[in-house]
Amino acid sequence: MNGSGSVACLEDVGLSHDGGQNFILRHVSLSLQQGEFVALLGPSGVGKSTLLRVFMGLSKPTEGRVTGANQSAAGVAAGQREAGKRRAQALVFQDARLMPWRTVLGNVMFGLEGLALTREEKQARALAALRLVGLEGEGGRWPRRLSGGQRQRVGVARALTVDPDLLLMDEPFGALDPITRGALQDELLKIWLQTHKTVLFVTHDIEEALKLATRIVVLSGAPAGITGELRVEDTQKDPNSSAFKVYTARLRAMIAGEPDPGGAPYWHSAEI
Amino acid sequence: MRTLSKRNRLLLSAVGLFVFFGAWEASVRTGFLPSGMVPAPSSLWQAWLDEVHGGFWQQAIVDSLSHYSLGLLVGSIFGALLGLLCGMVAVVDGLLEGIVRLLRPVPGLAWVPFAILWFGLNTAGATFVIAISVFWINFYAAYAAVRSVDPEFYELAAAFGHGSFWGRLFKVVLPASAPGVMAGLRTGLGQGWMSVVAAELFGVPGIGARMMQASSLLATDVVVVYMLTMALLYALTDFLFGFVSSYILRWQP
Repeated sequence: MNGSGSVACLEDVGLSHDGGQNFILRHVSLSLQQGEFVALLGPSGVGKSTLLRVFMGLSKPTEGRVTGANQSAAGVAAGQREAGKRRAQALVFQDARLMPWRTVLGNVMFGLEGLALTREEKQARALAALRLVGLEGEGGRWPRRLSGGQRQRVGVARALTVDPDLLLMDEPFGALDPITRGALQDELLKIWLQTHKTVLFVTHDIEEALKLATRIVVLSGAPAGITGELRVEDTQKDPNSSAFKVYTARLRAMIAGEPDPGGAPYWHSAEI
Repeated sequence: MRTLSKRNRLLLSAVGLFVFFGAWEASVRTGFLPSGMVPAPSSLWQAWLDEVHGGFWQQAIVDSLSHYSLGLLVGSIFGALLGLLCGMVAVVDGLLEGIVRLLRPVPGLAWVPFAILWFGLNTAGATFVIAISVFWINFYAAYAAVRSVDPEFYELAAAFGHGSFWGRLFKVVLPASAPGVMAGLRTGLGQGWMSVVAAELFGVPGIGARMMQASSLLATDVVVVYMLTMALLYALTDFLFGFVSSYILRWQP
């Protein structure tokens, strides 16, 4: 399962906070391939964020195995991480989670602290990340002076600056107004095309998932498991296309745990 | 309440002070207040000049400032550090909870007999009493500040490789609790001056000792001179601290 292109992989993972009485996640297997944009779709509170934290190493699974990006055969990149210049994963939080006592630049630099880089290298990388998210020249501002969209851009820059193999995003645009959300989605796609990062993007918004992802994984049920999976081609991303409508209906059914109505290619069941 | 502009507030407070001293002076002059019990404000100037010419005033300030600053330093550092530690480490918190509950209600002044016994009637004794009273203020301020740190910042720190004790301490706890710790330091700054008098009442030279001497001679004007001196010193230290504090907490709205 852990092929040469796999960046991170969960094998039959279960997670319980009470030692195995009640499971939040059960029998979850998910392999993320190099360069894909995977949307993890599911209703609110189902355990999507928890699954993200298992990938991140912030939650230890009760059952199963997590294989991290360090096993991937990404030659130069892995070599650099061994030298402590990068991180395997980086997380973008739903609430941006900026430290109010640090400036914008200070918040971006936070990810780099502890890496084997000189002060100049850190500064250069942080500034490059700020440029990438369109906040060039805003490094000296305080977070409290930023709009919600700007705060989230800083959160994305902080994650990108550590040059992670896997970028984990926990409903990063969920709290934004629709106009800002749309703009940030477009920019994220641009950044993804530029950097070729592997992205795992948590959302409960079907349209957002279809717009952004190359593959959609549906998490639902209690305990939550993967109830469906779809590949999304570029031609299916147009909200006015019939394929988009068919996919929306299929994803709805998967989330609700109903039988798949079918109607488009590339469908595979999650039962392995 | 209607808010006033800064200028109007200053103006009003000057008017208040003027009325206060005016009424005071008038009551002493008309005999409403017995002049043996209450000195007239107009007599304070001369009393102050006499103290300055004798060199007592300067010496008392130097003496008190040395107890004050040393006691403040020791009490604040130990109080804040122990407060941070208790706030962060549950085992230390549990271990010290009983001791804290036992010692907390004992006022600083109650330590005077031990201060004399352990350190004698000198600077160290006075410093000890001041340090103890400042200690608790800073302990509780730091403890509460750490406890109110948003746990989401710990998750953030862990996500970016700073999940260790030291990572949490330096990247999250210290900066996040700074407003609370600074508020504790500021309260301690005022409490410290109150303890200076208490600590010096038993004979260690300084402003408090000088006040006791003056009151035993019924020199009420000298007592008031030192009361005002202390108010002035407090205002000065608080003002200076305000500068430092607003620089450190410049990220706050």
